[in-house]
Amino acid sequence: MQVTLKIFRYNPEVDKTFRYETYTLEAVETDRILDLLEKVKGYNDGTLSFRRSCAHGVCGSDAMRVNGRNYLACKVLVRDVGDKITVEPLLGLKVVKDLIVDMEPFFDNYKKVLPYFINDSPLPADGKERLQSPEQRARFDETTKCILCAACTTSCPSFWSSDDYLGPAALVTAHRFIFDSRDEAAAERMHIVSETSGVARCHTVFNCTMACPREIQITKAIGELKMAMITGKIE
Amino acid sequence: MNIHQFDVVVVGAGGAGLMAGLYASRGAKTAVISKLYPTRSHTGAAQGGVAAALGNLEGDNPDWHTYDTVKGSDYLGDQDAIEFMCHEAPQAVIELENYGLPFDRTPDGRISQRPFGGHTNNETGKPVRRACHAADRTGHMILQTLYQQCLKNKVNFFDEYQVLDFIIVNGKAAGVVAVELATGELHTFHAKAIIFATGGHGRIFEVTSNAYAYTGDGAAILLRHGLPLQDMEFFQFHPTGIYKLGILITEGVRGEGGILINGKGERFMPKYAPTIKDLASRDVVSRAIYTEIREGRGVNGQNYVYLDVRPESVIKYAALDGRTNPDGTPYIVTGEQILKKLPDIIDFCRVYLGVDPLTQMMPIQPTAHYTMGGIPTNKYGEVVIDDKNTVLPGLYAAGECACVSVHGGNRLGCNSLLDIIVFGKHAGLKAAEYAKTADFEKLPDDAEAGSRSAFEALRNGSGKENAFDIGTEMKKVMFDDVGIYRNEKGMAEALEKVRALKERFKGVRVTDTGKIFNTELLNAWELGNMLEVAEVITVSALNRKESRGGHSREDCPNRDDKNWLKHTLVRKQNGEIKIDYKPVTITKYQPKERVY
Repeated sequence: MQVTLKIFRYNPEVDKTFRYETYTLEAVETDRILDLLEKVKGYNDGTLSFRRSCAHGVCGSDAMRVNGRNYLACKVLVRDVGDKITVEPLLGLKVVKDLIVDMEPFFDNYKKVLPYFINDSPLPADGKERLQSPEQRARFDETTKCILCAACTTSCPSFWSSDDYLGPAALVTAHRFIFDSRDEAAAERMHIVSETSGVARCHTVFNCTMACPREIQITKAIGELKMAMITGKIE
Repeated sequence: MNIHQFDVVVVGAGGAGLMAGLYASRGAKTAVISKLYPTRSHTGAAQGGVAAALGNLEGDNPDWHTYDTVKGSDYLGDQDAIEFMCHEAPQAVIELENYGLPFDRTPDGRISQRPFGGHTNNETGKPVRRACHAADRTGHMILQTLYQQCLKNKVNFFDEYQVLDFIIVNGKAAGVVAVELATGELHTFHAKAIIFATGGHGRIFEVTSNAYAYTGDGAAILLRHGLPLQDMEFFQFHPTGIYKLGILITEGVRGEGGILINGKGERFMPKYAPTIKDLASRDVVSRAIYTEIREGRGVNGQNYVYLDVRPESVIKYAALDGRTNPDGTPYIVTGEQILKKLPDIIDFCRVYLGVDPLTQMMPIQPTAHYTMGGIPTNKYGEVVIDDKNTVLPGLYAAGECACVSVHGGNRLGCNSLLDIIVFGKHAGLKAAEYAKTADFEKLPDDAEAGSRSAFEALRNGSGKENAFDIGTEMKKVMFDDVGIYRNEKGMAEALEKVRALKERFKGVRVTDTGKIFNTELLNAWELGNMLEVAEVITVSALNRKESRGGHSREDCPNRDDKNWLKHTLVRKQNGEIKIDYKPVTITKYQPKERVY
C-alpha cells in the first residue's frame, strides 16, 4: 500500500520557521511509523532528525505526535493510523530540530520528586532482602512501568499552560515511591506534590492516561496522590 | 576546545555503566557519558530476570549456578571468573533490592524466582527457580533503579554525548573524545581511568532483538587502536524473537510453562533436550528451531514455529513433565496469572502481531540477541591486551561490550543482568582505586584530530553510495551466512561481501551539513563501526574450525577440545587482521559432552 507521510520539519541552522514536508512511500499495514521515518531518512532526506533506540516500546526515545495524538513511533503501526499520516514533535517542550524536543525541563521535573528509593533504617541483620508482601508489592506495580517517554506530560493541557507544573510523569514517579511499603520518604514527597506546582494542577482531563504507551492508569495514580494529600493517609 | 577533567570516566549508561559510575563515584570524581539518556539504554529491554542462587523457593547454591554457567558456555568460559560471578550473585541481587528495586515477591515476602533456560538442580538435572524477576521487565527495573541511585549520589552525567575516540598516552588510558549531539561540539574528557560499558553490536544482523544503539562503538574504537577483541565469533541467537521483527519474547515464557510447537503441531524440544526440554540452553533451542524449519516443519512452510503459553497448554504439558508447585501441588495457571507475570510480552504480541498469547500461539523465530565476545578483561574489569593477560593501565570494560569471559560460547539467560551488576561494580571499584594513585597523563596536542578526520571523511565522500543500502546488505549477509548455522563457503563469501561493503562505505557522503543533532552523521559513523565489527566476527568465525556454543559450523559439526579449547584474540595491525589465542581457565570442571 501507499502512504503519505507529512512530517513537521524545522532545522534551526537553516529555517526561520517550521514547515511540513510530505513523502509518499510504499508500506505494509504492520510497519511501525518508526520504520517509515527510517526509510525517509535513508532514501529521501538524510537530514530528517528524530530520536530512537529500542524500536519496541520500552526505551521511551521516540515519543511524538502521530495524527495529533502522542505515541511512541515504534509502537504505533500503519494499520492503527491509516494511510494519511502526520508526524509532529511533542507539544509543550521546545523543538530543537524536526521531531527532537528539548527533554531537559521534563527530566528537571522528574528530579524534583526525589526519584530514588530512600530508606535509612538499618538493613536486615540476616544480610537478606527487605521483606514485602505480594500485596504490598502490587500496590505500586502500575507506576513502576513508566519509561519516561514524556508522552503523558506533553499531552497535558495544564503542562502546556504552565512551566512549573511537575506534570504526570513526575507524579507517576512520586507515586511509585510513596506507595512502596519499603520507602521512608513519603512525607517529604507528599509535601512536594502538594505544592501548587503539584497534583492541584491536575484537572482530570485524562489525556495522560490516553497517551501512555505503557497503559499506566496515570489519572488514577494522581487521584490516589490527591486522596493521600486530603486524608493524610497513604493506603 | 572543550576539556573536562575527571578521575574516572564511564562510557555508556546501561546497567554496567551505571553500576560502575555508582561505585566509582564513591571514591573518585566520576562522569558518565552516554549517547542516549541513561534510561533509554538497552538494559531496559531485558525481560526475564537476573540469576542468583538465593534458594528462595527451593534448594539451590552458587556452585550449581557455576557449573550450569560453565556447561552453558560449552566450556569456553573461564571458570575462575564464572565462580566469582556466581558466588557474588546473591549479594549483588540483595543489593539491588536494598536500592529499592521492586522485585516480585514470594508469599513470605522474599524475592520471587522462576526457572530459566540452562539453570538446573545439579542433583536432579531438572530446571531450578533461579531467575529473580520483576514481572517481565526486570532489566527496566534495574536500569531505573541504578539511574535513580546515581541521581541520589549526584553522579555527573553527560547525556547524549557520543564517544568517538579513546586517547592512549604512554601505553595508559588518558581520556576519550565525544561529540555533544545537541551542539555538534567535540569534547575531550581527560581522565585517569576510562570504563567502557558501551554494550553489544546485534544491529549488524538483519533480525535482532537489539536496539538501534547497539552498534559496537566501544569494540570498534579499541580495534582502531590496535587492541584485541576476544571470542568475537560467539554471538547468541535467542530462540524466541517475534517473527520477522526480532523483538524478544523472554525465556521466562518457557520458564512459566510455555512450550515450542512446530508446524505439525508437535512439541519438538524433547527430541533435542530430553531432560530439560524447552528450557535447554539458548544455542541448543535456536538450533532445534532451525532444524525443524529446515526439515520442513516450520509453520505453513515458513521460517517460524510457535511458542504456546495458553493456560490449557501450560497445564497439559506441566502435568506430562511432572512439574509441580514448590509445595508439591499440581502446576495450574490461569490466563490472569500469565498476564500478571508476562504483561509486556502479551502487550508486544497484541500490538505487533495482533495475536493474543492467552488464546493464540505466538509465531517466533531465532533473533540475534547477545554479544558473548568483546573487549577482553579480567574479573576486576581491567582490560587485558594479550595472551598473558597483561593489563592496559587505566582502561576498564564491563557488561556486554566486555569478555571476561563468563559466557564463553553461549550465555545462559539471566546471566547478562548478573554480569552487568557484578562486573560493573568491580570495574567501578577498581577504576576508583587506580585513580587514587595514578596521575593524569598529558593529553596529546590535538586529541580530537582522529575524531575530526573521521567526520570529515563522512562529509567528503563521493556520495555515490547510500549508507542505508550498505547497512541493509551487511545485516542480510551477516544473518544469512554468519548466523545460527555457518560453513566455510558461506562465511568466505560473507567476508568478501563485508569487505566490499567497507570499500563502498568510503563512497558515502552525509548530506546534513549542520551541527545540531546531526543524526545522519552519527548513524554513518556507527555504520562504520558495525562494518569493522562484522569483519572481525567473520574472520574469527572462519578461523575456528569446530562447533561450540553459539558457533555452529555445518562443515565442522563437533566440538574439538584438543585444538580449540582456547579463546580467540583478534586485532588489526596496519590494516591486517591478526589472530592469537589465549588459554581457557579450567579449575573444577573438566570439559565433557554437553547434554540437556
